[in-house]
Amino acid sequence: MGKGPAAFRSAMAVSTRTVALALVTAGAVVAGTWATVQYVNRPARGPAGASAVAAKQPEAARRIKATLYYVAADGLRLAAAERDVLFAEGASEQARRIMEAMLEPAPDGLASAIPAGTALRGVFVGERGDAYVDFSAGLRTNHPGGSSSEILTVYAIVSAVTANLPAITSVQILIEGHEVDTLAGHVDLRRPLPNAPQWAQKGTT
Amino acid sequence: MRLRSLLAVVSISLVAASAARLEAQSPRAAAPYSVVSADGRRTVAAVLVGEQEMLRLDELAPLLQLTVREDRAAKALTVSRGTNAAVLSLDQGLASIGGKILALAAPPVRDGSRWLVSPDTVSRALAPIAGVRTDVRRASRLIVLGDLRVPRVTVQQEPGGPPTRLAIDIVPRAAFTVVQEPRRLLVRFDADGLDVGSISAGGGLVESVTAADPVTLVIALDKTFGTFRAATVPVDSASSRLVIELTAAGAAAPPPSTLARAAPPAPGAAAPAPPAAPPPTAMARTEAAAPIPSALPPGVRTIVIDPGHGGDEQGTQGAGGMLEKDLVLDVARRLRSMLDTRLGVRVLLTRDDDRVVPHDERASIANNNKADLFISLHANSSPNKEAKGAEVFYLSLDGLGAEARKMMENPDTRPVPVLGGGSRDIDLILWDMAQARHLSESAAFAMLVEEELRRRVEMSPNPIQQAPFRVLVAANMPAVLVEMAFLSNAAQEAQLKSDEFKNRVVQSLFDAVVRYRGRVDGQGPSRLP
Repeated sequence: MGKGPAAFRSAMAVSTRTVALALVTAGAVVAGTWATVQYVNRPARGPAGASAVAAKQPEAARRIKATLYYVAADGLRLAAAERDVLFAEGASEQARRIMEAMLEPAPDGLASAIPAGTALRGVFVGERGDAYVDFSAGLRTNHPGGSSSEILTVYAIVSAVTANLPAITSVQILIEGHEVDTLAGHVDLRRPLPNAPQWAQKGTT
Repeated sequence: MRLRSLLAVVSISLVAASAARLEAQSPRAAAPYSVVSADGRRTVAAVLVGEQEMLRLDELAPLLQLTVREDRAAKALTVSRGTNAAVLSLDQGLASIGGKILALAAPPVRDGSRWLVSPDTVSRALAPIAGVRTDVRRASRLIVLGDLRVPRVTVQQEPGGPPTRLAIDIVPRAAFTVVQEPRRLLVRFDADGLDVGSISAGGGLVESVTAADPVTLVIALDKTFGTFRAATVPVDSASSRLVIELTAAGAAAPPPSTLARAAPPAPGAAAPAPPAAPPPTAMARTEAAAPIPSALPPGVRTIVIDPGHGGDEQGTQGAGGMLEKDLVLDVARRLRSMLDTRLGVRVLLTRDDDRVVPHDERASIANNNKADLFISLHANSSPNKEAKGAEVFYLSLDGLGAEARKMMENPDTRPVPVLGGGSRDIDLILWDMAQARHLSESAAFAMLVEEELRRRVEMSPNPIQQAPFRVLVAANMPAVLVEMAFLSNAAQEAQLKSDEFKNRVVQSLFDAVVRYRGRVDGQGPSRLP
């Protein structure tokens, strides 16, 4: 029933294949992703149908506008904020860029939902629209605990990936490459979680 | 006029029922009636005209939103609300409603500029017009408007003792809590009001029994009072009897099997009298020998309290150093003690010391003991140090997907072979889906917990929420997780240090269990078949 380590390994293997395929063919997953990402500087080599191609720029300069999630001022809900995030080819690479941006300091007036001292180890995308976001042990050991804090951490991560990459519908958080029961004793992390918009305030900051 | 001719015809056969004209007699004051409605309790003046009790129509009409108009030509009062109208004859005790004639104890009587009507006019003529369920209880001088629960409560102290015994009859049956305060017990009913009948109590350990507020009886106790036990005895489907047994300080407590945790006694066994006590009277002995059934109906017998975290897994920590794991264990023990002594319910803790307990083991304890309720206790934390208030959670199926929803709608029933041949259907419940089919009951219990907490402690702006909580997933019974306050808030941490605040949380949870019990009692078993 639940995804054991074996299931996870197969998901990883599958995801590698998916990315490879996507890079060559600009396959459905990636096209779906791209079509909904808002480009700041449109890529020269965009998916079919992307018109008004901007002047070709170095890969590193390309950025997308992504919706990131932080702890709202009330400390009880997430606040969405638009930020420029490095563009990347493929859903898993783009998800990684988004997660890296989430680890940067929060905008003024908001707090990061991810504890300091957390590093991103990797992002993998399975074939059923599920993503696996792997963090260092700091995500758990530095977590302050409490249901509300834990919910905000988990759903900041889930929301940021699913809101910006519609091909991804659910996210499972891993610690040091392993499945975990919970981060801080409350939220069930044994399966990929779909986004749950009720944890976010309406509108973006 | 058509009405008058109609009334004239009917009145021939109803002469006996119609009262004599009452105008000539001057009204004498009578004890007022209490009117209980969703808006509260108020009084309506009553008078005696001759031997007939009459009520002030000008006070009743606004409560039922009725318009009253006198039709002098027809010698009638027209009472209406919207398109509904009743015509009350001023000559005879007759009313016409929608073409039907009905007899009343007395016609309306004028008293100066006001009209007086008989109590049965209220229930038989005015209530149908107003479309409000109206219960006129003449013996209690009470009128209940609307769908309110106002049980009649009578108190009788049994002669003799010790132990001192009070029998409180409740009709119709209502849930209640018994709260001990210094020198008194409060019996608080889950009702909209009380119809307090005769109280015959005093002596022994009881100084007096009085109604303190609309839903509470106060039993004032002698200073020698020590402990009490309470149990309900179902009288019939409509009524129940609460028996409270009071023991003096230092006296041996009555054997547990006679009250509260009533296990069926051994056949023929007489309940032992407390040692060193004088022999009970014959009546008390009869009562004591009869086993009093458990205070709990079949719905709620076992409750599992889950103090969150433990051991190396400390949970969250307050700025002042308070650890969530210690706090919740303290509160869990207090709640166990209250449920155990006052309801006689079996209470189990998932941990009674400071150790790590895996989530599945917590659910196992509840499932293997066939618990009827699972209450997980936690304290909260937020990055905003100002965040405060209690929150109640029940499970959301996020992440469990289609399997859980299917399980909720249609548990997997399969035939299994049984010893001696044949087969029987059993429900196969996937461990991780167990909670899915209890969600609506969990939600109902969460609402009761929230309502009770709200009466006593500050609530968060999000007082009831659903989340995919690990510890709730496998609980095969209604289950909630309570975040009692934010430890990350220094002021709340200070509150959590006080016995007073912890006891408020405990009392809230206790009252919620009692109310849930009442709900289950009224609706049949809490578990799906």
